[in-house]
Amino acid sequence: MTLWPVLIATAVGCYLLKYAGMAAPRRLLDNPWLRRFAIAVPVALLAALIAVEALRGQGQALAWDTARMAGVGAAVLALILRAPFLVVVVAAAVVTAGSRALGF
Amino acid sequence: MKILSLLRSPAVRDGLGIGVAVGVAGLAFGTAAVAAGLSPAQAVFLSAFMFTGASQFALIGVIAGGGSLVAGALGALLLGARNTLYGLRLTDVLQWRGMRRVAAAHGVIDETTAVTLAQPDRVSARTAFVTTYVVLGSFWAATTLMGALATERVNDISAFGLDAVGPAIFLGLLWPRLRDEGGRTRLIALLGAGVALATTPFLPPGVPVLLAASAALIALLGPDPKTIASDANEKDPSMDRNEEVGS
Repeated sequence: MTLWPVLIATAVGCYLLKYAGMAAPRRLLDNPWLRRFAIAVPVALLAALIAVEALRGQGQALAWDTARMAGVGAAVLALILRAPFLVVVVAAAVVTAGSRALGF
Repeated sequence: MKILSLLRSPAVRDGLGIGVAVGVAGLAFGTAAVAAGLSPAQAVFLSAFMFTGASQFALIGVIAGGGSLVAGALGALLLGARNTLYGLRLTDVLQWRGMRRVAAAHGVIDETTAVTLAQPDRVSARTAFVTTYVVLGSFWAATTLMGALATERVNDISAFGLDAVGPAIFLGLLWPRLRDEGGRTRLIALLGAGVALATTPFLPPGVPVLLAASAALIALLGPDPKTIASDANEKDPSMDRNEEVGS
């Protein structure tokens, strides 16, 4: 399978990133610029992933899928209500499946 | 009896609770991975060895979209780089060296970090780390396999609403960061989403998300972070900001 090299390389890279943190000198954490950037990168990535996955269409096109957006809305509602992570995920799937069954 | 008293310790209880809850999300990953075109073996390989959920979902999202594999891998690594920051914090608390550190590094993720850093002392921090790592890790791999095998036997998974699970998981991880960091973080999030959406029709899947990471450069603008850090320290130690994670 052509996917294997990519999967293995990414897995090794992810491990090395974890290990680098554990082996790096403690004072890196005291660098305010580095810390600020390191906290901001996941925010930009996660927001981008939410947008792209929620509006994913055929191929590269964006598309509005009412059932899927209802599920994402349910996840937001669950987060506002401070529900546990698992409830957030299950709510998204159940509401999307339910809306689809109703024909949205 | 020793086991009973161990089960009653808060460190073990926290670890077990969060481990079981998050491990179940592996079902969704196994399902999404097979729907993206991975074999069940490949899905379980990612859960067992890559072992960092958001990166795994990001990678299979790009594979599902038929995008550039290099962009998918880079996106997953960039997202996985927050574990480097967790490792820096954890090594300070756990104080493991040599082979123990080599083994423990694999377990550095959002959930183990949150549970470990919430403990009052080194002994319970080590117990909490090991419990969360072992429980969550085995559930994650086992439920990935279950989800993957089930999906192989089902024709139309869109009926189960699983296409909303990816966005929901990313939302769960993003949410506490938005709440804790205020206006600038929201701006970064909005710009990240905007850049990704605007470029999606023109670039191969995976690349728009990478491009969106440049929105994080805004974090380097504005007032000197040193003053911000010392202001924040009075109310809420800025070092603890990203401990609260999506579970």
